[in-house]
Parts: sequence; structure tokens; C-alpha cells
Amino acid sequence: MSMKTHVRTRINGEETEFLCEARQSLLEVLRETLGLMGTKEGCNDGNCGACSVHLDGRLVDSCLVLAVEAEGKSIETIEGMAGPDGLHPLQQAFLEEAALQCGICTPGFLMAAKALLDREPNPSEDRVRLWLAGNLCRCTGYDKIVRAVLSAAKKMEV
Amino acid sequence: MREFEYVAPGSLGEALAAMAEKGEAARVLAGGTDILVELRTGRRIIERLVDPKAVPELNELSYSPEQGLRIGAAVPCYRLYEDAAIAGAYPGLIDAASLIGGIQIQGRATFGGNLCNAAPSADGIPPLIVLGAQALIAGPNGTREVPVEDFCLAPRQTVLQPGELLVSLVMPPPAANSGASYLRFIPRNEMDIAVVGVGASLALDESKERVAAMRVALAAVAPTPVLVDVDALVGQPANDDTVQQAASLARAAARPIADMRGTIEQRLHLVEVLTRRALQGALQRARGG
Repeated sequence: MSMKTHVRTRINGEETEFLCEARQSLLEVLRETLGLMGTKEGCNDGNCGACSVHLDGRLVDSCLVLAVEAEGKSIETIEGMAGPDGLHPLQQAFLEEAALQCGICTPGFLMAAKALLDREPNPSEDRVRLWLAGNLCRCTGYDKIVRAVLSAAKKMEV
Repeated sequence: MREFEYVAPGSLGEALAAMAEKGEAARVLAGGTDILVELRTGRRIIERLVDPKAVPELNELSYSPEQGLRIGAAVPCYRLYEDAAIAGAYPGLIDAASLIGGIQIQGRATFGGNLCNAAPSADGIPPLIVLGAQALIAGPNGTREVPVEDFCLAPRQTVLQPGELLVSLVMPPPAANSGASYLRFIPRNEMDIAVVGVGASLALDESKERVAAMRVALAAVAPTPVLVDVDALVGQPANDDTVQQAASLARAAARPIADMRGTIEQRLHLVEVLTRRALQGALQRARGG
């Protein structure tokens, strides 16, 4: 059994092909087939947001997307966030504001925060908290994370 | 996750054939936010997952002030609140679209899937009911329409027969001087399952002082969403007293259980308070506020 499907997709701007079973999540394939380990597995049921990626520009939990659904789509993961000139301002702000401790939730928070800033470059604190409500952190606490996102937004404005 | 077959038909005909061939062993994958969790935990076992996101009828989202609103069963929540015309005409629906899960879930989850999943606590169903939505179903024997309040039969059970699928949700244009609202109680700010949810809609007559139409629907207080009979209040003045009468009727119609999310007494209290507030919100919107 276990028939595999050939999927063609674009990941962080690069044409990518992979083979997967229908039952495999996008998260599984990113990590185990493609070796993109930056996307984390937390709850695996859509509660924690650790596996957040952008699917055709839309923030989703990759544990709740089948890899076969990625056919013809464009995916952005945390591996594509830093540019050739260094860290993305959000990543830099997370460091400066000490917005992480263990780091498991961080890639998901960064992808969620980037999805917000891509749409709303100058969000209020309420909007930041709303957009990050689908991401759980169990050590740093949310204040530093929210502060980091607001600080990055300010720096990116200049 | 157990093995299953994935098919992504490009037309409604192909989707129906794919469903009919497997009967009860086939299931639709719209946003996947419920079905993938069920498959992963083994709560549901199937042979075929039919992804209808390339079927035009299920992807359609259209609104006109003459025709009303049609939401394809595979249209995710965000497409509703990012459409200014729809958000302006159906704020009661947007209340629910923007509080189901977080942004990640709203990027995938659909009203159609929420209805077909038939959870007693579903946030998407009461607003559909109070807006008078019909479920358009297609199957091997053609199509049929079912009012949304009659769609769910029991927790996780619906009127859908093997081989049938939900195509779209259709609702009339908002009446003149009308408004709707959906409120739910959860102990957190976001990302939780309703302890109680209440949808309300209301239309005023030409004087704008009397109730011309009213609907109230409840979530998480019975095995299925509840449509409260408030027809007796039509013609009454649109004031606090009428709103309180509706809240009392809603409380009397609720049949909650006690579970980890709340006690019976708390839920009855919440039904009354939320019905009052949802109707007041609907009234404010009906008056153009």
C-alpha cells in the first residue's frame, strides 16, 4: 500500500518537489522529508501555533494541512525569514527584547508576527495580541514577545 | 494517522462520484481543522478524503444586495471578513468568523465544515440560523435545501446521507432596518470552545420602534444548536422589556449539561445574559449604530 504522491511546490522561493503519503501533514514533510527543522511540532492539533507557516501568503498551522494540499502552492517557513544581509527585524527584535527562552515556540511566533506586519505595518498592541492568540508560549510569557513585535514594527517603519 | 486515499476533484460531478463510490468511508476535507485532528487521533476512520477546494461551486463567495449571500462550503473564514461588502452587510456572521480559533485557524476553517462537523458548541452555526441560511446539499439523487436549524441531528451527526456533500450556504439579503450579532462566553480572550454562544437577529418595522422579525439561536446548551421560538415577540416595542422576554424564552429553551467547561446553572445564566446582549447589539446595528 502506502502509495506516494509527487508534489511540486515552492518553499521559501525555491521550486521544491517531494514524495509523500496522503496522510502526512505538511509539518511532517517539512521536517522529516525536507529537513527543514525550524518549523516545530507542539500540540499537533491546531492549538499551539508552533508549526505556523505561510501557505500562499496565509498564516496556517502546518500540522493541519496535508502535504498533498501543497501542490502548486507557495510556502514560507522560518528558514526563509532572514535575508542575505542578516536577521529579519522581527528576529533581531526578539533577541534584543529577550522574547524567547527555550525557543520552541519562537519560529511560530515569528511567522505569525510577520504575517501581521506584512498586512498591517503599524499594528496596535491589541492587534498584535489578537494575531498572536493562536501561538502558545510556556516560558517567556507574552509581554516580551508583544513588545518585540511592536519594536520591530517601529524599526521597519523608518 | 491511518492510511487513506486523497482525491482533489475539479468539478462538482467528479466530487460527487468520488463521494458516492466510497459511501460512508468517504469524508470531505475543507479547512481540515476538525477532520485532520479526528483522523490523527483515530476518532474517525475513513478510506478516502475528498478535497473540494478546486470545485468552483464550493469555492464561490458572492454577495449582492438583491440576491443575498452565497458561501461555498470550502470558503475559509478570512475571506468573509476581508470582503468589505460582506462584512458590512452581515456583521453578525463576521462576529463568528473572527472569533473561531486564532488567525491560523481562520485561514483554513470554513462555515460549511463547522456545520458539517455538527459540534454542539460550534460558533458558526447560530449566526447562520438567525440569518435564515439554507444549506444546499448535492448528492447522487440531485440537490436539496435544508434550513440550517434542521441540519444537525445530534453531536457530530447531520442530515447528510452517504454520498452527499454540502455545496454552499445561502442566505437572503439583510432586511431593511435589521441587524444581527453573535456573542460567546469563554474563560480566555481567544482560542477556546464556547461555554455558551448566542446568535440574535432582529428587524424593525417602518416606525423603527417595533419588532418586525426576531430570531435567537444558541450554542453549547443542547446536543444540537437550538433555534429559540421568539415569534410571540414580533410586533412588540423594541425595548429592554422585549429583549428581557426574549432572554427568558432563550433560558427556557436551553437544555445544558454540566461538564468541564461549565455547570448547568452557569450556562442557564449565561444564556440569559448573552441573549440580552446579543439582541441589544443586533438592535443597535438595526438602528444603524
